[in-house]
Amino acid sequence: MGASIQHYIKSFFLWELVKGMQVTGRHLFARKITVQYPEEKTPKSPRFRGLHALRRYPNGEERCIACKLCEAVCPALAITIESEERDDGTRRTTRYEIDLFKCIYCGFCEEACPVDSIVETDIHEFHFENRGENIITKEQLLAIGDKYENQIAAARQQDARYR
Amino acid sequence: MSEIRNYTMNFGPQHPAAHGVLRLVLEMDGEVIQRVDPHIGLLHRGTEKLAESKPYNQSIGYMDRLDYVSMMCNEHAYVRAIEELLGVAVPVRAQYIRTMFDEITRILNHLLWLGAHALDVGAMTVFLYAFREREDLMDCYEAASGARLHATYYRPGGVYRDLPDSMPKYQPSKWHDQGDVDAMNEARQGSLLDFIWDFTERFPQKVDDYETLLTDNRIWKQRTVGIGVVSPERALQLGFTGPMLRGSGVEWDLRKKQPYAMYDQMDFDIPVGTDGDCYDRYLVRMEEFRQSNGIIRQCVEWLRSNPGPVISDNHKITPPSREDMKGGMESLIHHFKLFTEGYCINAGEVYAAVEAPKGEFGIYMISDGANKPYRVKIRAPGFAHLSALDEMCRGHMLADLVAVIGTQDIVFGEIDR
Repeated sequence: MGASIQHYIKSFFLWELVKGMQVTGRHLFARKITVQYPEEKTPKSPRFRGLHALRRYPNGEERCIACKLCEAVCPALAITIESEERDDGTRRTTRYEIDLFKCIYCGFCEEACPVDSIVETDIHEFHFENRGENIITKEQLLAIGDKYENQIAAARQQDARYR
Repeated sequence: MSEIRNYTMNFGPQHPAAHGVLRLVLEMDGEVIQRVDPHIGLLHRGTEKLAESKPYNQSIGYMDRLDYVSMMCNEHAYVRAIEELLGVAVPVRAQYIRTMFDEITRILNHLLWLGAHALDVGAMTVFLYAFREREDLMDCYEAASGARLHATYYRPGGVYRDLPDSMPKYQPSKWHDQGDVDAMNEARQGSLLDFIWDFTERFPQKVDDYETLLTDNRIWKQRTVGIGVVSPERALQLGFTGPMLRGSGVEWDLRKKQPYAMYDQMDFDIPVGTDGDCYDRYLVRMEEFRQSNGIIRQCVEWLRSNPGPVISDNHKITPPSREDMKGGMESLIHHFKLFTEGYCINAGEVYAAVEAPKGEFGIYMISDGANKPYRVKIRAPGFAHLSALDEMCRGHMLADLVAVIGTQDIVFGEIDR
């Protein structure tokens, strides 16, 4: 009997709605968690898998030796490689293309690469303006690698002991 | 006198309350539903067939994309099927990591379900709060695997990498000075495990907040109590699993009944409902938040004090470490062999299932001895639930259909696969 009267009174005074309003009211004055993108960004892990890049050795020589492991392991068949012998007798790629529309950013190419050449950087803000730009060429990949080498190397360094 | 007839109506596939690409053809008598006919297939990507054309490991990433809000649970079922066919032993630490991430995934999934369900029924605020917590958990995903959603983290024989010792931190900007940033980084000072631990300390109060907003709320109760009632017998006949079955009062949970990973070591309870309506299923899932939180805490405690390998050292199946690969010829051969051909599995068949957040997610795999599966069949819980939509909605009003879709926690990635 007492419980039902209590329930009646609480329900009459919209008790549960008042309690709910208390929660939202508390959040109204709490510290905001909003991040003002793009001026500031949420933190990104060194393991982040974003846009690809091809790296070079410190002496400027490209790392990729056209072993085609990344091409073989790519689940989405996004990588196309053609290779031939260079004048100095070393094996190098003549064509290295990644179709970013096919790519599923699984990171297997980086995992497979025996010379740490193809990497997935932490760049996730990129766009295309024309048809066909989704296929990025060897020159573009190397340029990305050159531009961001410091942060690529730092992220690999941080994660090296887990791999 | 003209006769009033039922009329048919299209619901979706672009309807904001139809989750994803759900298309329903409704037969209405005024505002009362006479028949619901789900039309599926708009998100069909042929995952099962795709898996037949790739070495085993290469399909792990596609499992994420089945039920794209409970990624690691799908991977878990897939790698378990391979492990059972291979008979490979998985290190204990990897099993604990998997258990922990399965529960993180459960919370992630239920948070999205709660937000979307409440939003469908008319409560906006819970959605915003739930996504705030999801952000923290997706940071855990990113710290461990490198992706916020499509992790590709589990491997047959363990997990790819051990958990990191440090968390990435916020940087000061013109919007937040050093003091603000220090406060935002407070939980990020230690390792990933410390971050997860901090989350589990905060999370029960957040669940209390959600419950304050919804559980006793009269509008919420009017919209969910007595809606979409399924009797326990009928739930079993319809092939329900997960919270849909437990909401009807059947105590069935693969984590308890057929333990896998480290669930036999975990201390947790199975919440069950009594009436089998939307409200009971809501209560079951809210309790699962708390139980999952408890399991994560048990895993974190164990993981903190027990370092060790996280992937099998059988290099016929798992690649050697990069250091070994660069230093030794045999390891390099293993590396090349694994990333081109993969590994072959003896002929046989297996069914491996996990208790995904939505129910029993199973992989039935047949191997004919090659390096790729002969056939992969995916048992998605959502498919059985969606099949029962007609039965659950008959005689209800149109607005109740939205509540039932919400309570079924439908994700089209796994239904259409």
